[in-house]
Amino acid sequence: MADYHKMWEALGMDVKTHDLLCEALPGAFGDVYLSQENRPEGMDYFNMVVAEIHGIRPAELVEHKKNGGKVVGTFCIHVPDEIPVAAGAIATGLCSGSQFWVPGGEKKLPAATCPLIKASLGARFDRTCPFFRLADMFVGENTCDGKKKAWEILAEDAPMYIMDIPQMKRPKDYAHWEDEIHGYLKKCEELTGNKVTPAKLREAIILLNKKRKALQRLAEFRKLDNVPISGKDVLLITQIAFYDDPARITAMINKLCDELDERAKNNVSVFPKSAKRILLTGTPLSIPNWKVHHIIETLGGAVVCEEMCTGIRYYEKCVDESGSTIDEMIHNLTERYMGAIHCACFTPNFERIDDIKRLAKEYKADGVIDVNLKFCNIYDTEGYFVERELNNAGIPVLGIETDYTDQDAEQLKTRIGAFLEMLGN
Amino acid sequence: MLYAGIDIGSTAAKAVLLNEERNKILARSLMPSGWNSKETAEDILTWLLSLGYSKDELKIVATGYGRVSVPYADSTLTEITCHGKGASFLGGNDLTVIDIGGQDTKVILLKNGRVIDFVMNDKCSAGTGKFLEVMANRMGLTLSEFFTLAEKGRDIKISSMCTVFAESEIVSLMGLGTPREDIACGAVGSVVAKVATLISRKNHTENYFLTGGFCESALLIRKLSEVLGSEVKTVPDARFAGAIGAALLWK
Ligand code: SF4
Ligand code: SF4
Repeated sequence: MADYHKMWEALGMDVKTHDLLCEALPGAFGDVYLSQENRPEGMDYFNMVVAEIHGIRPAELVEHKKNGGKVVGTFCIHVPDEIPVAAGAIATGLCSGSQFWVPGGEKKLPAATCPLIKASLGARFDRTCPFFRLADMFVGENTCDGKKKAWEILAEDAPMYIMDIPQMKRPKDYAHWEDEIHGYLKKCEELTGNKVTPAKLREAIILLNKKRKALQRLAEFRKLDNVPISGKDVLLITQIAFYDDPARITAMINKLCDELDERAKNNVSVFPKSAKRILLTGTPLSIPNWKVHHIIETLGGAVVCEEMCTGIRYYEKCVDESGSTIDEMIHNLTERYMGAIHCACFTPNFERIDDIKRLAKEYKADGVIDVNLKFCNIYDTEGYFVERELNNAGIPVLGIETDYTDQDAEQLKTRIGAFLEMLGN
Repeated sequence: MLYAGIDIGSTAAKAVLLNEERNKILARSLMPSGWNSKETAEDILTWLLSLGYSKDELKIVATGYGRVSVPYADSTLTEITCHGKGASFLGGNDLTVIDIGGQDTKVILLKNGRVIDFVMNDKCSAGTGKFLEVMANRMGLTLSEFFTLAEKGRDIKISSMCTVFAESEIVSLMGLGTPREDIACGAVGSVVAKVATLISRKNHTENYFLTGGFCESALLIRKLSEVLGSEVKTVPDARFAGAIGAALLWK
């Protein structure tokens, strides 16, 4: 790996502590990823990106900033990347998926906070993530109570911009979110000093739709009887899609898909015939949170779809490209970003249950695992309906709750193992 | 060919040997799990061989938390699948199996002898054998002394569900001079209540069947039946349910 210490120092990072993370990651990645058999060659690019996760992309962001560019960080897929991109900024996801940052978050947050929030605050306050140093603006949203309040604390150290996401989906709520996106556009124009023209916004919509279409193309392979790529690998690609250059990752995913086309023709599968097909649903799995996928696939299951923000919700629907004025395009963005994402922060949220049932059919899932981060009250509560409705539909379901530690690995192996055994008999 | 099942749980290790037709238990062994599952597994192998068979004449399936520590096992399965199978062997094909283990408690729904759903308690040890062990320790008693005492007690309410808080609640009850038998009785009641909550989360039948180490505790069975409003059945061999299921499941 190239030496990025100078860059990290210049970013004001705690390089010594950060080194511990750099030391741990290759081992973890090797165990979970490189040990897989028969991986597509197209994964090489993604392996490289992860290997230098705090190097290559941050260096690009540094370059961009040297030329006067801005970086906008986000925490939720309801916030449209098209806006900062149209304003000439780079958009990057910030959700954190490692236990490494959790203790830092616990210094400021109640213990009963979800690990995603704790890790995100820890990454900033401990100065151990370059993306959290590079962002010129941090876009928070008041989706769940945990985030809403945590942003107030994060604002003591980071330049926050908060968007008010509605909690229901009535016409007036759509109107409100549309208004919020208008405000976001103004804010991004102010930040970058660039005017967002209709042409720029259309370009951004098309660019990000292309990324979605590439991810959709990738997902199609998982519907096949012979699945040519592991669930773990698709998860990794999805996670990287949150912060890599959109045009480049689109090209890389499409290249990988060309290879998978070949595999599909030859009925190549990375799973044994007997592998039970699992649909995951629940809270986001931010990089490098690969735990549940790893357990399922090590025990002989196959993850074929994620009804998650790091999954289908991120890419399943495209933005309507037909608008020609800013107002029309923002309207189309609102339809996509409010209408197509079914997060438990809304009430009611029965569309999500319909999605799970639909996806279970489309991806021929043998069972569904509802996996929620510890202390995520909204998803935990919604689990009541997930379980009941899937039971009624005759689809086996297992609910699990977990965090970023490895303490519950054995318990998870027992539950998931028993679930797979149950599906098999 | 004979079939052996080994169930290494967090407190006790159980092993059984079944006949060729797999309809009779030829031998049983029960020992503490100890600190080292590997050593326990060795002790069990010694026991099996002492019955007069060679390893080649046996098919061995391991289950329980210690299943990975049985290098000589021919295969492994989770305790949920095994307890389900063992319970159906002992109690029938359509059951709501309740297993109160040392570390976790599980409820397994059986239909036509197949596991159709299950639920386990979360990380917390309330509602498990661990809870009673901690309480007994706190009172300076062994688990069996604790149960003997509890039989004589009146049901008092221990309101804390969490083991850590319940422990301090018990300390303060002792400080207030509450009779020890009442405290013990209350602690059993607390486990029963927690188990009943776990059961109520699932769409279950009322054919309750208890497996695991508490199948010989009349008090616990009585209380559980009362709370569930229906008789909880069990048999003395139910503590071997996991091991029996393991032996039955060799394919
Ligand atoms: S789970 Fe909800 S709040 Fe979290 S990123 Fe997804 S949409 Fe946003
Ligand atoms: S996982 Fe749940 S608690 Fe955590 S940030 Fe997302 S919605 Fe909030």
